[in-house]
Amino acid sequence: MALDQETFALLKESVRRFVQERLVPNEDRVEHEDEVPAEIIAEMKELGLFGLSIPEEYGGIGLSMSEEVEIGFELGQTALAFRSVFGTNVGIGSQGILMDGTEEQRRTYLPKIATGEYIFSFALTEPGAGSDAASLKTSAVLDGDHYVINGTKRFITNAVRAQGFTLMARTDAANKGAGGISAFIVPRDTPGITLGKIDKKMGQRGTKTCDVIFENARVPAANIIGGKPGVGFKTAMKVLDRGRLHISSISTGMSKRLLKEAATYASERKQFGQAIAEFQLIQGMLADMQTELYAAESMVRDGAARYDARDPQMPMLAACCKYFTTEAVGRAADRAVQIHGGAGYINEYKVERFYRDVRLLRLYEGTSQIQQLVIARNLLKNLGN
Amino acid sequence: MKILVPVKRVVDYNVKVRVKADQTGVETANVKMSMNPFDEIAVEEAVRLKEAGIATEVIAVSCGLLSCQETLRTALAIGADRAILVETDVELQPLAVAKLLAAVFKKESPDLVILGKQAIDDDSNQTGQMLGALLGRPQATFASKVVIEGGAAQVTREVDGGLETIKITLPAIVTTDLRLNEPRYVTLPNIMKAKKKPLENVKPADLGVDVTPRLKTLKVTEPPKRSAGVKVPDVATLVAKLKNEAKVI
Repeated sequence: MALDQETFALLKESVRRFVQERLVPNEDRVEHEDEVPAEIIAEMKELGLFGLSIPEEYGGIGLSMSEEVEIGFELGQTALAFRSVFGTNVGIGSQGILMDGTEEQRRTYLPKIATGEYIFSFALTEPGAGSDAASLKTSAVLDGDHYVINGTKRFITNAVRAQGFTLMARTDAANKGAGGISAFIVPRDTPGITLGKIDKKMGQRGTKTCDVIFENARVPAANIIGGKPGVGFKTAMKVLDRGRLHISSISTGMSKRLLKEAATYASERKQFGQAIAEFQLIQGMLADMQTELYAAESMVRDGAARYDARDPQMPMLAACCKYFTTEAVGRAADRAVQIHGGAGYINEYKVERFYRDVRLLRLYEGTSQIQQLVIARNLLKNLGN
Repeated sequence: MKILVPVKRVVDYNVKVRVKADQTGVETANVKMSMNPFDEIAVEEAVRLKEAGIATEVIAVSCGLLSCQETLRTALAIGADRAILVETDVELQPLAVAKLLAAVFKKESPDLVILGKQAIDDDSNQTGQMLGALLGRPQATFASKVVIEGGAAQVTREVDGGLETIKITLPAIVTTDLRLNEPRYVTLPNIMKAKKKPLENVKPADLGVDVTPRLKTLKVTEPPKRSAGVKVPDVATLVAKLKNEAKVI
């Protein structure tokens, strides 16, 4: 349910202040320690960030998509590692349970996910199943009233912090496609689950991803999301639809930050006796950044409003938003480094890190190429209508 | 113990204030507004007293336009229990506000009133003192520490050249200084809860107060631009300038 304007203004202001006063000043620490400080995580829990998208009746804030993207514009303006800590609870880790879970599953897990007591990860990707997610091999074989799970999941965000997983596994060995996949709620303390070593990544220091290995892990059949096997892939795709708009808003927030860094630097840095912002070639880059930022903001707001209005074109529009905004932030980071000149290649400057950080946005939750396919397939399908 | 916390809606402290072209005041249209920071400290202190089990109810009150509701919602989100808006579109001056607060005080009979020592817009630093005088109750201004015990408040005050600690009998008026506490971040769940807390709307006439302005603003102008500094060749010239021109040594 949408909030009244007054309440939402307060909410947004509170998040903005927290980002600017608590997160931005801690960016260097996260970069150097490769860890989000425990006290910051505690403050995020207290502030309520883990429950942004979970309805009030399950202990969350219950933002509409339009509201969530406005908050995303703020959250995106700092190192992406901060958002990653609660990102899986707000998005892919919890939404499957909310969208398709039974009432009992919702009541059991969502209130704890909303407060951050439970951190939930989303386990879909495998060593052999990335963009072709429907080919996943992790198996779940029924044995009495339990499923026995075997397989390996890759690049699982927050696995080291997680108390549970939303796991996609094949319950129907005969069906090699999407229809053989089911979604499970798997508590982390289930015997038979081990974690691989933490991945060393190009950027986003402070975020934690690793392999999750299932060896004869026994999960109650009652833990299938919604209680129905064979619809897990549909659940995953619905979850990613919403997630794409969330990532779009984060990407747009980061574009805004990059523009601020670049414009500030250009106004202070002097060459040939004047601030480099006075030079038209620099101005051209700043103007391109501003224009794309405005386009991204407008697009994400429109996409979110249509999501709230249940626009049937949503899968295509969400893919358009994710495709455009993540590519745009890539260009923004490139220009920001260019404006910084040699300094932009030095780790001490924020733009050097952000340049590496934003590269991931075009890869996860569906690569740009997958977005292109979703867009093209949908538009061709609707050609006759 | 009941605490009344008056809060004022002001131009946000991060905004660069602009004077209106006709010099009648400052621009407030499309300008970000928020709670006066000293009042935020007052709300925080009241809520801490409640959390410590000393206070039982915290009531926030604001005087002014309907938009002050947003400021009151902030107070409720920090932890006030209910709020009162004295709604008027008349320009309110400190004496009028003090009279309105005195009327609310008589209605609510709080044991303590905590408010900011001044508002960051007009910097008057008068409302708390005027309220004390109108009610004939003790006041402790510029508080950096407040301890409540046995029907009295022991207040440490920031005065020129040091700290002064005084004890005043309740009910009393306390105005806050910057170092009294550090206000918390308003959490999102508490903002949601604030929606459901009661917010009462009254008019100055309901309280029997005449809020007609008594002071007339003649002109509002920007402060003079800072002129450029000078470089001196040596220490002797510097000392001479400080002695003869600046007359500070």
